[in-house]
Amino acid sequence: MSEHAAVAKLKGKFPDTVLDVVEFRGETTITVKKENIVEICSFMKKDLGYNFLCDLCGVDYLGKSPRFMVVYNIYNIATKDRLRLKVPVEESDVRVDTVSGVWGTANWHERECWDLMGISFNNHPDLRRILMAADWEGHPLRKDYPLQGPGREPYQGRHK
Amino acid sequence: MGVDKTLGNNVVTTSLDKLVNWSRSRSLWPLTFGLACCAIEMMATGAARFDLDRFGVIFRASPRQSDCIVIAGTVTKKMLPVIKTVYEQMPEPKYVIAMGACACSGGVFDTYSVVQGVDEALPVDVYIPGCPPRPEGLLYGILKLQEKIMKERNSFGAAIGVGERICQA
Amino acid sequence: MSFTETMTVNMGPQHPSTHGVLQLILELDGEIVTKAIPHIGFLHRGTEKLSEHRTYHQVIPLTDRLDYLAPMHNNLGYVLAVEKLFGITDQIPERAKVVRVMLAELTRLKSHLVWIACHALDIGAMTVFIYAFREREHIMNMYEKISGARMTSNYFRVGGLSADLPDGFEKDVRDFIDMMPGHIDTYEGLLTGNKIWQKRIMGVGNITGEAAIDIGLTGPSLRGSGVDWDLRRDNPYSGYEDYDFKVHVDDGCDTWARYKVRLLEMREACKIIRQCLDKLKPGPILADCPKICLPPKKNVVNTIEGLIHHFKIITEGPKPEVGEIYQGVENPKGEVGFYLVSDGSPCPYRMKIRPASFVNLQALPQMVEGRLIADVVAVIGTLDIVLGEIDR
Repeated sequence: MSEHAAVAKLKGKFPDTVLDVVEFRGETTITVKKENIVEICSFMKKDLGYNFLCDLCGVDYLGKSPRFMVVYNIYNIATKDRLRLKVPVEESDVRVDTVSGVWGTANWHERECWDLMGISFNNHPDLRRILMAADWEGHPLRKDYPLQGPGREPYQGRHK
Repeated sequence: MGVDKTLGNNVVTTSLDKLVNWSRSRSLWPLTFGLACCAIEMMATGAARFDLDRFGVIFRASPRQSDCIVIAGTVTKKMLPVIKTVYEQMPEPKYVIAMGACACSGGVFDTYSVVQGVDEALPVDVYIPGCPPRPEGLLYGILKLQEKIMKERNSFGAAIGVGERICQA
Repeated sequence: MSFTETMTVNMGPQHPSTHGVLQLILELDGEIVTKAIPHIGFLHRGTEKLSEHRTYHQVIPLTDRLDYLAPMHNNLGYVLAVEKLFGITDQIPERAKVVRVMLAELTRLKSHLVWIACHALDIGAMTVFIYAFREREHIMNMYEKISGARMTSNYFRVGGLSADLPDGFEKDVRDFIDMMPGHIDTYEGLLTGNKIWQKRIMGVGNITGEAAIDIGLTGPSLRGSGVDWDLRRDNPYSGYEDYDFKVHVDDGCDTWARYKVRLLEMREACKIIRQCLDKLKPGPILADCPKICLPPKKNVVNTIEGLIHHFKIITEGPKPEVGEIYQGVENPKGEVGFYLVSDGSPCPYRMKIRPASFVNLQALPQMVEGRLIADVVAVIGTLDIVLGEIDR
């Protein structure tokens, strides 16, 4: 299985930061350390041409360590190529540097991630709740948040 | 003396209540207030094929000018205070139609952010099921509301400040 | 001595031209907007959280209710994502693919009809609304024939379609497609040459191509800024590579350019649908993967295997491998993407929807700031937002 061309370039530029590379159904996912995420994203955008941030979201792996992953789905409009970056975030320090300076669109995505997943973004220009009301307590998309909200009986239907 | 001939066929006798009820029910002016998917069906009902205007239903953009609010879509906890405010801005008498499964009961969205039925906050007169209800469903709901208004008693008295309006179930 | 101060105006959530429950806080200096802050989330229904508690098959009806003007496109994006996750993308029968493309393009017409109706209505041209909704009723009737519902169709299934097309459906579509270009001429006749319409949208809501990519605009809004990018052509899905169509781009960067791009897209959609009709051959409509796809109803009632598979899929749900995938499709509004994370259980571990309108709305402040307050309505119309998709 051939490795994605961007992986070698990323490893060459940041030798210690690439933690893991996974190929699944023809899509490449690169897990990197969270300390250099802004430099990595700038590198991906300026040098490798990934000029479009499709999506940014958090995933909660409750019970595992690190608990959270921040996922960046990026796209190169010139070569029509998709790539995914992931950043592990520990529960003890739920913060990542913002990439809203690299792609302007990250601004609202990061606000949503903070709102629903409770992952905070350092140096974000305007980190407020976006979907839930300003006085909402808790972060609904976390796995330990009940589907019907904390005030009601838990869902009695399907159990995994 | 007395009435020596019957009234001609150009005179109608009725009670004041009936007159008031008739005028109210035949000029229901709902608020243009769409929340979600059902609002699109509400628009379709107002457009050419179903044509709500023939029932005297004309959408008004301001709550001050309307006497019926169609809750067309999912009511969330963030939206509920706004809906209450809009409802309170409407002049009496006012009616509420819950359109669609979400407004009736929360629908498929049994989640943390959704109010499980707008009747938790507003007095609903007509429930219209469906996800979203067909325009015919909305029309039928409006006709049912007209029937309900026609059964009210003391509506004239309440309008001039004598007693309360009595609505039958 | 002159004294000026800015005024803060609240627009929405109850406002007829915000296309739903959008709230805008506008800071005005006279008639000039100095600052615009969108507030969203009034329709946040928790779809992503809810889908973590549903099996892969049970999530399909939830996707209808995201962008409720283009339900088939959301269905398509979701089922393609699930098929990719299960690794059955290459087993989808040809007929299912063609029908999917045909219905997706019909949905594009339907969504653009609502766009032109509401955009024109907001600016004051009432007539177009009545005409566009008349044509939309035809598409609604077709939806009803194939799925029973006028709006929330829930017609696509993982692996194919829920049922075959009803008798006479192809003729309905062909009649509609023959008629549609003439109707588009009507809308153009009502609007394009209209001086008021031109004055209201020419040079309004400018955004350069570079700024549009930075802020994440997709779909016709991006192509109206001169960026030639369309997922149907560039990352084809569901057999779009086999169709002959043109991606229209306009580098006017304003509302007028986006208006022209969308109208051309409607004509292009008619062409694609015509090609679909020519391609349509009888054949199976569901992939032959009994452990993943729901079996056809006649197998369920006639064979013991079919019954067992049906029972297993409905009660337990199929289990994909551990992994994660992203699938984007070209919705009428822009790129809608589904990012699915699987942990091997029958329910998605995490489903993130990449909403087109959410990202497009983010561009609103920079498109209206420094412009007149009347332009705000035109810009909301041209972004073609749907709040169900923004708030999810």
